[in-house]
Amino acid sequence: MALKIVKGSIDRMFDKNLQDLVRGIRNHKEDEAKYISTCIDEIKQELKQDNIAVKANAVCKLTYLQMLGYDVSWAAFNIVEVMSSSKFTYKRIGYLAASQCFHESTDVIMLTTNQIRKDLSSPNQYDTGVALTGLSCFVTPDLARDLANDIMTLMSHTKPYIRKKAVLIMYKVFLKYPESLRPAFPRLKEKLEDPDPGVQSAAVNVICELARRNPKNYLSLAPLFFKLMTSSTNNWVLIKIIKLFGALTPLEPRLGKKLIEPLTNLIHSTSAMSLLYECVNTVIAVLISLSSGMPNHSASIQLCVQKLRILIEDSDQNLKYLGLLAMSKILKTHPKSVQSHKDLILQCLDDKDESIRLRALDLLYGMVSKKNLMEIVKKLMLHVDKAEGTTYRDELLTKIIDICSQSNYQYITNFEWYISILVELTRLEGTRHGHLIASQMLDVAIRVKAIRAFAVAQMATLLDNAHLLTGNTQRNGICEVLYAAAWICGEFSEHLEEPMATLEAMLRPKVATLPGHIQAVYVQNAAKLFATVLRGQEGVPADSTVAQETSQLLIDRLPLFVQSSNLEVQERASCILQLVKYIQKLQQKDVEVAEEVTALFAGELNPVAPKAQKKVPVPEGLDLDVWINEPPSGSESEDEGRKSKGKAVFAKEESRHTKPRYTEVDEKELAKRREVRKAEQANNPFYIKASPSSQKVYQDGVGVEHIPVVQIDLSVPLKVPGMPMSDQYVKLEEERRERNKADKKKKKDKKKREKGEKGRRRRGDSGPESEEDITPAHMVDIVTEEMPENALPSDDDDKDPNDPHKALNIDLDKPLADSEKKLPVRSHRPDEVLKSPMEDRQVVEVVPEPKKKTGKEKKDRKKSKEKKKKHKQEEEGDLMGAGSEEPVQPEETKEVAAPPPASTPEASDLDFWLSNAPVPSNPQAAAAPASTPRTASGMAAVAPDSEPEEAKDTEPEETKSSTHKKKKQKKEKEKKKKKHHHNHSDGAGDESVQNGTVEEEEPLPPMSNYALLAENSYIKMVCDIQGNLQDGSQVVVSVIFENKCDSFIKSMEFNVLDSLNSKLQRPDGAGPHDGLIVPFQLPPGISNEARFIFSVQNIVMPQKLKGTLTFIVKTDDSSTHEKLDFKLHFTCTSYLITTPCYSDAYSKLLESGDLKGCSLKLEGVNQPFHHLLARICFHHHFSVVERIDSCASMYSRSIQGHHMCLLVKTADQTVSIDAKCDEPGLLGNVLDEIKLTFSQC
Amino acid sequence: MIKAILIFNNHGKPRLIRFYEYFAEDVQQQIIRETFHLVSKRDDNVCNFLEGGSLIGGSDYKLIYRHYATLYFVFCVDSSESELGILDLIQVFVETLDKCFENVCELDLIFHMDKGGFSAAPARAVSAVKNINLPEMPRNINIGDINIKVPSLSPF
Repeated sequence: MALKIVKGSIDRMFDKNLQDLVRGIRNHKEDEAKYISTCIDEIKQELKQDNIAVKANAVCKLTYLQMLGYDVSWAAFNIVEVMSSSKFTYKRIGYLAASQCFHESTDVIMLTTNQIRKDLSSPNQYDTGVALTGLSCFVTPDLARDLANDIMTLMSHTKPYIRKKAVLIMYKVFLKYPESLRPAFPRLKEKLEDPDPGVQSAAVNVICELARRNPKNYLSLAPLFFKLMTSSTNNWVLIKIIKLFGALTPLEPRLGKKLIEPLTNLIHSTSAMSLLYECVNTVIAVLISLSSGMPNHSASIQLCVQKLRILIEDSDQNLKYLGLLAMSKILKTHPKSVQSHKDLILQCLDDKDESIRLRALDLLYGMVSKKNLMEIVKKLMLHVDKAEGTTYRDELLTKIIDICSQSNYQYITNFEWYISILVELTRLEGTRHGHLIASQMLDVAIRVKAIRAFAVAQMATLLDNAHLLTGNTQRNGICEVLYAAAWICGEFSEHLEEPMATLEAMLRPKVATLPGHIQAVYVQNAAKLFATVLRGQEGVPADSTVAQETSQLLIDRLPLFVQSSNLEVQERASCILQLVKYIQKLQQKDVEVAEEVTALFAGELNPVAPKAQKKVPVPEGLDLDVWINEPPSGSESEDEGRKSKGKAVFAKEESRHTKPRYTEVDEKELAKRREVRKAEQANNPFYIKASPSSQKVYQDGVGVEHIPVVQIDLSVPLKVPGMPMSDQYVKLEEERRERNKADKKKKKDKKKREKGEKGRRRRGDSGPESEEDITPAHMVDIVTEEMPENALPSDDDDKDPNDPHKALNIDLDKPLADSEKKLPVRSHRPDEVLKSPMEDRQVVEVVPEPKKKTGKEKKDRKKSKEKKKKHKQEEEGDLMGAGSEEPVQPEETKEVAAPPPASTPEASDLDFWLSNAPVPSNPQAAAAPASTPRTASGMAAVAPDSEPEEAKDTEPEETKSSTHKKKKQKKEKEKKKKKHHHNHSDGAGDESVQNGTVEEEEPLPPMSNYALLAENSYIKMVCDIQGNLQDGSQVVVSVIFENKCDSFIKSMEFNVLDSLNSKLQRPDGAGPHDGLIVPFQLPPGISNEARFIFSVQNIVMPQKLKGTLTFIVKTDDSSTHEKLDFKLHFTCTSYLITTPCYSDAYSKLLESGDLKGCSLKLEGVNQPFHHLLARICFHHHFSVVERIDSCASMYSRSIQGHHMCLLVKTADQTVSIDAKCDEPGLLGNVLDEIKLTFSQC
Repeated sequence: MIKAILIFNNHGKPRLIRFYEYFAEDVQQQIIRETFHLVSKRDDNVCNFLEGGSLIGGSDYKLIYRHYATLYFVFCVDSSESELGILDLIQVFVETLDKCFENVCELDLIFHMDKGGFSAAPARAVSAVKNINLPEMPRNINIGDINIKVPSLSPF
């Protein structure tokens, strides 16, 4: 064995390490691949060795190779081996490799669960850290489910380093295992107020990320974030919060109103550009959300635009870019305020930076109006000419088309101009967007009837000059345009002046070099042209030769296409060829054929909406899943294809049953299914029902005939010679406008009336006044796209059903149900119970000291008011010495029996926070419907929205307070309910105290840590002292004050004489001897709890602090000052914090040898062992690590991180405790205290 | 969220690559190549943002990069990150590397890949590096005061 090790280490000397590998790769530049493959062979050899150091080295090299693109998944198992090494340097390599190459389908991941769990609970924070970091990269749903509990525990770790990582990784866990979100959320929320800024910012990050995807579930956190926003100085956190608000405001306009002011302040005050930018962004979002209701925010808009202008003018290209980006957001709702900066944006078009030019282009899109469209496009055309590099030019091209075609060609006043722009664009070399231009041409020609003649003329020219477009076969992107040209010429051939010439152009031999689909269109449309020519000729009977010549032309040329290798072309050509031959025969017999031939192509084509096919509803009684014919066996794959095709063709049917596929369907069964489906559809609100009304709506919308088509303005000549014509049209258009203006002046009032009558559809009411003056050259008859009957317009088609964030759309405001408090746990959990984290969580709760650990409990404690009764009872129980929880029980049930609260407290809180005023004056009305934020916001809309300030002032003060009170009551009820749940789980915890061995053992007597502090005839004080989890130097003292007399006690002041070691934390500005005012008054018989925080330096020694409570006792006629002295005893126990520990970590801790031992013997203890353990757990804040018969190991940790381990054994009334701790002084004192505890009972 | 961190040299050789979402090795290399192609074409005096487009994740994602001597540092982030913030983060990251390796250069990254890999890891969480305190404010920092305490990366 030893020899082997020696041999291994000698071998190692010759192994390459990472540096050697890198060096080697650099030295083998020319045959790198070969070198690496030999290296991989070596690595494979190394991985076979037992020596973990060799393996780690090999894995380390693999990580580098993986980065270079080599697949290393074959080494996955070795990576797991290295991960499980106990040495940190190796472990780190293992996790690094895992994080780089593990993914969900890596099967060895299953093997890592326990290893990761072990590392997570390791006493070494770096082990934990590295495991968390690695896990974040390869967490799978299984891992997430199994480890969620462990990670949740780590969120309360003492080290901020770990807390921070744990919080962050929870996000990944949520993504993979959405069920964990609700149980974990309270703790996550708590971390928003973590004392460590890193942890806080991590929590903000996680919640922001969650909220970004499902904002409405996080609305209730708005007040909390608002507080953070106004108090935090960390710009990173601020940015995140501000971004989050940007996502929330669209859901809750009132939030926006609240935000405007602080955000504006930030904009003015901050020097950080990033923060400024985000503020501006969110203000924009707010303004967008408000834009409907509140017109008077022009100051804010102005501020934003002005700040953005500064950004855009900055020499820093990054700021310029972002400025433009944000500007485009404003543009959507407040185009006017951006339009005034047109100069600046046009200037950006000349920027040398492509990203900036693209952004500026985006902006132009929204800046055009009827007035400036031509001018802007002219500028863009110039840029097109200048642009180098096809990508930017293509971008320009698409932008020009986008700009012109936006919202149904709203801004185009002159379509001749647009067509000529399109024609000019065809001259672009090497563009990829030929099809885009083509589809625009088609769209315009089809939908704008008035332009057809002009379009046809242009297209004919294009066809004639086709050689210019196709001259270079490389540029075949643009030849798509010919497709449109041919189709337009054919379809609207009646507008052609010289159909013969065009026909000739379409049948040139060169055409055969075009792509197949274009040839096909050519052939088809040649036939249409032929029909037109025939009709034109037959009117003139003398000249039948022309018609015959045409036929001959076709007969001559078409065979070329019949030989085409493209099926479509071939088929069409041969079809048409035969047809023409037949016609020629008829012509020779002088039969009139024109009418029949024309009839071939009669009828008008209407445009169809792109989504129309998908929207065809499934007809009644058609079940797409049912077989039409029984499928022959073994044709599974074919069926699959057919089925999916069926789905794609028809609109998806909601809630379709998955039915057994091969069942024989008889008539009866079918009828039954139909019935079921009908019922389902009736109940399904999403099912698109066939209703006659929807159909009608569509037909009304289509009503093409009702749209007045203005006659073409004949001042525009239809034929303009030469190609670059758009400029001429610009000029012509200007002239026309001038003329129009003059005309309008003449018949101003008449025009006004007409306008109303005409009811022009597209006349945007959004356009500025000046635009109204520009009448389009011809009213565009934009034929509406056709949709199938019964289809409803909806935008939901575009949502991605696979978005992982969908699963996280979980309502977080609902109080947790009992079953939800713990994370769901895998059923086949391994048997080694003590190592499992589930236990750990139980141990925490088990310690029968409920107000200790979990977030919820802490929260409960803060609201101590609600708790008082319970405390009192507990305390009484304690004083009575015996008894059980029985007396508490009846009252609790009573509370629960009370009517359940109508609303969740968060919802009403949010509502209250948001509504500065809009509480209606009738308090009952206010209390009743405030059940959800939704109804509440509805209410706010009812309340006079425009003048909230006034409403606030006039609001009777009383009303407000009374509603407030009501809400409070509600909250209280809610709390009580929660508390009740809580007791339940405590009960469950009790039973499992000793990790499952307890069932038959007798129940524990009740215990309380509240010890009497001082008492006189007026007042009694009991207190409990606990370490602060978050801060190693703080101790929290909870004092319950109970009024024992019949008078009112008020003005209580709590003061303690500080020692060198321990100091009462007083608010800023208070002197070292000032008392703290207890924040409540006590009516007779009432008790309440207050918490005081002490800072402690040395925790090794117990100590006592002297203190005084002064208060005023107020009777009916007099009031007297009283005081009560007390001694606060900080035991060493109070510095301990119950911390779970797994047995493996525990044994490692003991092995490390850092701990010093001490022991203790207790004689004559005659109580069951499990009682004994429970007492140590409860009174001294230990947790049981492992218990075997009458022997148990326990663990605790001090607030300053000292580990304390106990081994407790019992035999015949003698209990021996062996203890180890890294701080012997502390240990001795704790042992003394344990001894004292047992001597007392 | 940061989706990926790519560091490569002027010739497109990867020097440190972290993907926070799984991609197969060949896809990763493809992404690196295309990113390099995009980034290397750009002058030094143009803006540092690029729309990633089809590269990773679609239109919600941006490439934010900085060019230092022979190295490109490219972060691929989604819209929940502040663009200027990420630029500063890169700066902080580079300075952190500088501290760890004293006068960081390209070779450090490959020679200490194991360390670099994990120093980049917390950067995913951004917040981790966000707590790093620079001794003096680097030029061109947009975030304002960064509270930074360099967690010395090699206490092990």
